[in-house]
Amino acid sequence: MTATQARPAPMTRGYRFELVKLLSQWRVRLLLLVCWIAPAAFVAAVSQQSMLPTDTVFGRWMHATGWSGSLVVLDFACSWALPLLTSLVAGDVFAAEDRLGTWRHLLVAVRSQRRIFVAKSLASLTVILLLVAGLAASGIAGGLLAVGNEPLVGLDGHLLAPADAAGTVLLAWACVLAPTLAFAAVGLLGSVALGRSPMGLLMPALLALVLQLAQLLPLPVAVQLALPSHAFLAWRGLFTSPAQTGPLLIGLVVSLVWAVVAAALAYRLFLRRDFTDLAYDGSGRRVLVTGVVPLAGLVALTFAVVAAVTPAHGSGIERAKLQDSLATVYAHLYRLQARELGRPDVTEARLKTTASCDKGSVRVADEGPGNDWRCVVSWHLPGVDSVGSAIYQLDVTADGRYVADGDGPKEVNGYFQVRTPTGDAPNPLWQFDGDVDLLADTPEGTVHASHASAPARPGNPSWASSRTYRPQNPPPRG
Amino acid sequence: MQRSPVVRARGITKSFGDVVALDGVDLDVASGQVHGLVGPNGAGKTTLLGLLLGLAVADGGSLEILGTPVGRALAVPDGVAGFVDGPGLYPSLTARQNLTALASLRGNADGGAVERALEQVGLTDVADDRIRGFSLGMRQRLGLAAALLTTPRLLVLDEPANGLDPAGKRHVHRVITELAANGTAVVLSSHRMDDLAALCSEVTVLATGRVVFSGPLSKLAAESGELDYRLLTSDPAAAHQVAEGVTGLGVLPGRDGPDADVLVVRGPVPALDELVVRLVGDGVAIRELAPVVTPLEAAFLALTGAGGGPGPTEGGTR
Ligand SMILES: Nc1ncnc2c1ncn2[C@@H]1O[C@H](COP(=O)(O)OP(=O)(O)O)[C@@H](O)[C@H]1O
Ligand SMILES: [Mg+2]
Repeated sequence: MTATQARPAPMTRGYRFELVKLLSQWRVRLLLLVCWIAPAAFVAAVSQQSMLPTDTVFGRWMHATGWSGSLVVLDFACSWALPLLTSLVAGDVFAAEDRLGTWRHLLVAVRSQRRIFVAKSLASLTVILLLVAGLAASGIAGGLLAVGNEPLVGLDGHLLAPADAAGTVLLAWACVLAPTLAFAAVGLLGSVALGRSPMGLLMPALLALVLQLAQLLPLPVAVQLALPSHAFLAWRGLFTSPAQTGPLLIGLVVSLVWAVVAAALAYRLFLRRDFTDLAYDGSGRRVLVTGVVPLAGLVALTFAVVAAVTPAHGSGIERAKLQDSLATVYAHLYRLQARELGRPDVTEARLKTTASCDKGSVRVADEGPGNDWRCVVSWHLPGVDSVGSAIYQLDVTADGRYVADGDGPKEVNGYFQVRTPTGDAPNPLWQFDGDVDLLADTPEGTVHASHASAPARPGNPSWASSRTYRPQNPPPRG
Repeated sequence: MQRSPVVRARGITKSFGDVVALDGVDLDVASGQVHGLVGPNGAGKTTLLGLLLGLAVADGGSLEILGTPVGRALAVPDGVAGFVDGPGLYPSLTARQNLTALASLRGNADGGAVERALEQVGLTDVADDRIRGFSLGMRQRLGLAAALLTTPRLLVLDEPANGLDPAGKRHVHRVITELAANGTAVVLSSHRMDDLAALCSEVTVLATGRVVFSGPLSKLAAESGELDYRLLTSDPAAAHQVAEGVTGLGVLPGRDGPDADVLVVRGPVPALDELVVRLVGDGVAIRELAPVVTPLEAAFLALTGAGGGPGPTEGGTR
């Protein structure tokens, strides 16, 4: 009888074992419970309040439709919840074996480092997907039960029919899976690199913090797009018509590249590890050399590629684009208000809305984020031969999102509510959100033409054509 | 039964930095044999067993297990089971979940194996409890159950007696005896000779990384030389006088405390006989006369240099 060198354990068994181990941890169970319950409770509770989270995109529409609740949850999840969830799951999946001193037993049982890596990665991915699915499903269920399946006002003011809203909300949740994967891979890397040290658990959270700080800065578009967290913001572009697919697609690709690179670094580090050394505790220097430096290099490389192959330049927020966006939102919301008030319907084409913006004092260039944008919106009053105008203060953030706050005249945007035949309703023109496409190329001077010729453009949103969701091609670039 | 060699180690060395943990160690274990590895703490037992399990690689020497040379870490032939440094179980899982997962990873999905193993180590009643709450002894037994899942041909256990209560010890003894009867080679370690005496047919005594004895237990006992004996009589002072008069018998310095009445003498068996005869003749009643430590223990202490004078007087009060 000769002894045979044993074959590795089948992958599916290793995967199932890793999943069982993860799901047996009280921390993971608690996270699952919270992710499947908390968003529903939050959305249902907030929807009943008079104060809405208007700082968050779609927060102001939480009374109007159940779909906005899920988007508020999504926006919140993108800033904190998703990086933290990946921290707690992926950031611990390797380190847990170090803490328990079970590495050598596991290696002897499975007999393949590669399979252990894959099984652990897939198992933590599964748990993360379960958590994200919970956040999405729970927020949607809470909104639909508490408010109902109503049309959703997009970030350019156009109305999405309930079916479109449903599709787009689900698509947005699917899109944020890409940056979530990137953070999960960074978590795996931290977990492999740092062993028992709790710093590994903090890697994705730390990365999230750094990226959040970066997003507060007025960084050039090419840099913003090169960061793995950009897709956490770019999904908002799905809620304009046409959709702002450029930044979103780049964000998705960058996130996926990060996921692959960070996972590959983790894999390489894992294969090189000496498991016979029980005193393994990771080291700061190794993390720096094997993790931080390559990923920083990746940011630099992505930046160079994005700057070279996309029309990204400067802050991406130019006067012409902002005016164009504001005029579009205003026209859509004006129509919405007219319907609310029971007035005869008007078309955007008849309104011929234009906007004229100015940033800060005369000496400041009309470009870039800031809360010192001041705009005058003008439109042609239906049936009358005169031009209406209204003033808005805009707070534009570096990611292209802005809040327009009405600054008169009172009859248009001075009141929080309007009196409708069926009682008081929120005034959509009082304060509203918008989103500038950071990559769109709108040369100065052609801004208003698109509205004047609106009926001729097939992709132009209108009350009637927005009933079905159609993914749009990226806007034409010059 | 044909006794084929299961472990054959020659001149094994292993160092950790400046510390030489194993220094030219030879080890032979045949199938069906229960082989004890004894030595004081730090002698290198765990290191040697770790090499057998493939958890580390020796710096020098040759190691063959089940006829296969072992050279790469974490790659041992099928049929080797056991553990050092704790059984490597997951505290958040139940005993049964731990075993089921291991059975599945090793490819024997037969559900009966898990139940049988639990039964063998006496843990069936607590099979569905999370092992977070298990005592050290229960974990040791569960670790043994995990090793049994594969019907091993070489079983390696590091200090299996640690933390075991008498009932647990009985289970472990029975399992080991049965395995050996079926041809499995078993290597187990202990820092105490008495744990192994009942189980092992052969022992290897290690001291600071070197083999100081290797062979059958009977041969080890013969190495013990003169033993120390406790003598408790009705008249300690008279007994002391008589003992000093017997040629070939030494009287060790007495002690204070509760053992002040106990006399410790050292000498060959004929001298002891002489002492007993004289005491009885002088009208001194003998209440107890017993070796301070067993011959095996004495040999072990003498070989490893861990003794130094009469050992602690264990188990002698009556
Ligand atoms: N991983 C290690 N790193 C450094 N020294 C070690 C390591 N493992 C064992 N040693 C040293 O090797 C010697 C033998 O240890 P060990 O085999 O655990 O002894 P035993 O099990 O007989 O008590 C000791 O001096 C111990 O300090
Ligand atoms: Mg030891």
